[in-house]
Amino acid sequence: MTTGSRTSAHTRRPAGPTVRRVLGILGLLLAAIGYEAVTRAVFSPLHVPPLTAIAPRAAELLTEARFWTATGRTLLVAAVGLLIALVAGIVVGFAVGSVPWLLRAASSTLDFLRPVPSIVLIPVLVLVLDVAQITVLLVAVSCFWIVLFQVLYGLRDVDQVAVDTARTIRLGRLGRIVHVTWPSVLPYLGTALRLIVSVALALAITGGLVMGAAGLGELIWSSQESGEFTGMYALVLLTGGVGIALDMAARLAERRLLHWHVATRREVAAR
Amino acid sequence: MKATVVAGLNRGARGVGLALGLPVLLFTAWWVFSADSTSIFLPPLSRIVEAFGQVWFSEVFVRDVLPSLRRLAAGYAAALLVGVGVGYLVGRWSVVRDLTSPILAYFRVLPAPVLIPVLLVAVGIGDATKLIVIAVGAVWPILLNTADGVRAVDEVQLDTAAAYRLRAWTRHGLILRAATPQVFAGARQALGISLIVMVVSEMLMSTDGLGFTVIRFQRTFAIPEMWSGVLLLGLLGFGLAKVFETIERRALRWHRGATGREESW
Repeated sequence: MTTGSRTSAHTRRPAGPTVRRVLGILGLLLAAIGYEAVTRAVFSPLHVPPLTAIAPRAAELLTEARFWTATGRTLLVAAVGLLIALVAGIVVGFAVGSVPWLLRAASSTLDFLRPVPSIVLIPVLVLVLDVAQITVLLVAVSCFWIVLFQVLYGLRDVDQVAVDTARTIRLGRLGRIVHVTWPSVLPYLGTALRLIVSVALALAITGGLVMGAAGLGELIWSSQESGEFTGMYALVLLTGGVGIALDMAARLAERRLLHWHVATRREVAAR
Repeated sequence: MKATVVAGLNRGARGVGLALGLPVLLFTAWWVFSADSTSIFLPPLSRIVEAFGQVWFSEVFVRDVLPSLRRLAAGYAAALLVGVGVGYLVGRWSVVRDLTSPILAYFRVLPAPVLIPVLLVAVGIGDATKLIVIAVGAVWPILLNTADGVRAVDEVQLDTAAAYRLRAWTRHGLILRAATPQVFAGARQALGISLIVMVVSEMLMSTDGLGFTVIRFQRTFAIPEMWSGVLLLGLLGFGLAKVFETIERRALRWHRGATGREESW
């Protein structure tokens, strides 16, 4: 018998923001101390360096130009792929989703193609494109599916009453798309945006790891190959930081994009 | 969500026609247009199909496909076990949640493939490394979704369970059951990730496995064989997603009934 379930109604009352922040920092400290202790006790410092060795190296990397060049390249590849995916996903999604017979004819094919991991294309594409182009394509393909399906879900969610109302006030096809369909799809696109940002980063880095496309992935792999392990751990640590920054940017963009939406307004009001 | 797309289409012969029409059309088009292809990179589809039979229905299946599948299954199972277990703790007790939230936020955005070189250095090349990489890559969506699901369990249900003085174990079971829709959502995401991590880890550090074999074919310019490997990987991704959907639909039958939601196009 645990105390937690006995007093469940009380323990599940959320703590204040300050308490939560303090607990979060405490958790980070505990994890850092735990990692430090385990690495010093169990592993060789060469293969699994302690945090006290990784952190200074990471700080050092932040002052080096090659880290920023690599980060810039990775972000550029991710951004280009992401943009292609967004445009293609929205166009194809609207084209397929607003024509019922087309959607029915295409859905089995879409269902088949979606779970195919985009990295299976690497061996094929390596023969015809250069590695940077392939990485952009990998990002674009993976993100495309997410955008496409979110648009299709969004189109399914359009309120029929709103569509009928728009018809009654004689809004044209374009007017209906701008004033009714698009705003209904937008929240789904917001979700897609949050999802694809981390997918884009992951694939941009995978391209560097597997094919040596210039960027963070390539930098990580080459430090591993040259035996500069502390540098590699530091790079991985910083990669997570890049991920957090991207995630925050995506959330901000989503909130800007959907400032009018009920869920956002409620979120802001709750603050 | 797309679980019922195909099922919905299968109603009636017209449905079957619609479901099969486009794939058959595309396949035929590929077959016809590649028939007299002389490009070494784009061999005729007939050659690829032929290579498919020769390559994969042989000892290669035992030597390369089975080890891949074994690693995938073991890594994924470990991710499920740890993800649901820890996710339950995180979702159930707010102190645990507050303590772990920055760490979880970090690992949620850290791309899984960067763990491959890390584990390569820390653990070395071997089956264990690939297994751990798959598990570590796949665990986060399961963990976070389970935590969300456990946290969102209906208060009334919990209070009712308390009022009936159900035993602690029964109550934990109840909460976990109520969270299964989210657990499945996370598990589905994790399945895709684990497949990707499996292939990438085999491309980077392996002496056997599907990813390794495909890369080897490409490096030795055995192009039809390479295409057949790409095809097999695609089929594997599709097949796993279908198996998952079947299990999910069975496991969540009560949920669709309870919410009155039948998702279809």
